[in-house]
Amino acid sequence: MTRFLTAFRLLLVLALASLAFGARAQLSIEITGAGASRFPVIIPIFENEGQLPNSVTDVVRADLDRSGLFRLVDLGPLALPESVMPDLPAMRGRGADAVLTGSVIALGGGRYDVRFRLFDTQKQLELGAMAMPMMASQNRLIGHRIADFVYEKLTGQPGYFSTRVAYVIKSGTNYELQVADADGMNAATALRSREPIISPAWSPDGQRLAYVSFEQKKPIVYVHTLATGQRRVVANFKGSNSAPAWSPDGNQLAVVLTKDGQSQLYILNADGSGVRRLASSSGIDTEPFWGNDSNIYFTSDRGGSPQIYRISAGGGSAQRVTFDGSYNVTPRLSADGTLLAFITRNAGRFQVAVQDLATRQTTILTDSARDESPSFAPNGRMILYATESGGRGVLSAVSSDGRVKQRLTVQAADVREPAWGPQPRQ
Amino acid sequence: MKKLALPALLSLVLAACSSTGTDTASQVEDRSGAGVTTVTAGSPSGSGIAALTDPNNILSKRSVFFDFDSYVIKSEAKPLVEAHARFLVQNPQMKMLIQGNTDERGSREYNLALGQKRADVIKQALMLLGAKEAQIESVSLGEEKPRCDAASEACYAENRRGDMLYSGEF
Repeated sequence: MTRFLTAFRLLLVLALASLAFGARAQLSIEITGAGASRFPVIIPIFENEGQLPNSVTDVVRADLDRSGLFRLVDLGPLALPESVMPDLPAMRGRGADAVLTGSVIALGGGRYDVRFRLFDTQKQLELGAMAMPMMASQNRLIGHRIADFVYEKLTGQPGYFSTRVAYVIKSGTNYELQVADADGMNAATALRSREPIISPAWSPDGQRLAYVSFEQKKPIVYVHTLATGQRRVVANFKGSNSAPAWSPDGNQLAVVLTKDGQSQLYILNADGSGVRRLASSSGIDTEPFWGNDSNIYFTSDRGGSPQIYRISAGGGSAQRVTFDGSYNVTPRLSADGTLLAFITRNAGRFQVAVQDLATRQTTILTDSARDESPSFAPNGRMILYATESGGRGVLSAVSSDGRVKQRLTVQAADVREPAWGPQPRQ
Repeated sequence: MKKLALPALLSLVLAACSSTGTDTASQVEDRSGAGVTTVTAGSPSGSGIAALTDPNNILSKRSVFFDFDSYVIKSEAKPLVEAHARFLVQNPQMKMLIQGNTDERGSREYNLALGQKRADVIKQALMLLGAKEAQIESVSLGEEKPRCDAASEACYAENRRGDMLYSGEF
């Protein structure tokens, strides 16, 4: 395990050094807590992987290890070809419950086929097999997909290793909205500004980000197409425009406007047209999150302290959702609609909490003091959030059962406002 | 010119006297500061700026401070708000931008809304005291532009405020 981590850190260091983008802005991930019982799995080096410039196996291993759900059982440098049935009782004897075998086959013209099989050593059966074509440079992309395959076969839930995350880096008075792979690699800057950028939100198709930029000296909501860099102002009314949240179909946005007085909820079309008010209150309404359950969850101080409410996206009356404590903000619903993540103030500390909406049971997941902006992985298993460590803004992730913990840092800069992207279409 | 300026001078002096809670020495200095500026106030533009920057004049103070998660103007801030309301009434050509701010704790979006609320309550107080809506714009910077960067209660208190800025200052 330690050896593996060392190898992973070395890999990160090499990647950092080789990236023209600059090591300063690269996220690095450290595991700070893991599941109580991790599933032991053997992943030998894929046969003939040496013909690729960079390893696929290392990416698969790093993803599964970082998830906190798996323990890599070392088999040494020996490869187990995908075409040969492994000695499952022997693998079981080494303490592994599953084995992934794989081979890399050159197809010519810089193209390769990666073939892999997953076995259950207890039941002595094959759980699945796949072949993926790849170019030599696609080792990370393919590695993430293989890790997704293993994760789904062994946990029954989709993996999240092929997803992307967005976040904002502040360095001095410079702000950068960045997008990176879920493992922190391949970071790219979508927007640079001398003024704050907050509240990035992914469109359900993963192609666009809505966010709030202060570049015109006031908060204005933009929608930014990542591939082209094309930006469109979607809300620039008198006063402040903020807190964009996509509808599940990607056609509409809930936003917060002050055009008619204080901060209130509105809905508009994704091109900025057709603005209409969703709710009216005598206090602050903000931070809408449009759930797959057709409810919009939001923060309101209408009852005297900031609490979470929900209202049908079609309008109507709002229901209060949080009752414990005097400060519950930033609601985020899991994709399956069962869990609500939010920030709660607990004895003066701001921490990530989840409420099981069926039982109304609330659990505080972190022991930090300055948590903000929780964001679920598409499978609902992990929650990414911003917090503070050593006087700097860092990102952390915690599993929705509170057991697995990771920290993502950027050297010499503050990182904040994370948003976990949707599952990519493959 | 002097003749025209005199009523304005008088009203400023009276205004300074009506403020409560200031000590005698500062009232004397306020009056002399106000006297100088009132002469320039008679001119059609650029009036009253000297009073706004005179450190001995209450008008040079621009910040209204708030408690955590509160948008209630505390009684100690009322003389300051009253002084700026009088200035706006006497100088109807002057425009004010109020920037609401919060400390860095809690949600950025909630803080953006809270900062707006703080700017709005200052605007409403100024309007109740006679300032015209067209003179005042209220905006929020939320927690994004802290004046003080340390994670201490003193810094948090410094950042929980609304700033009243006049034309040319923002």
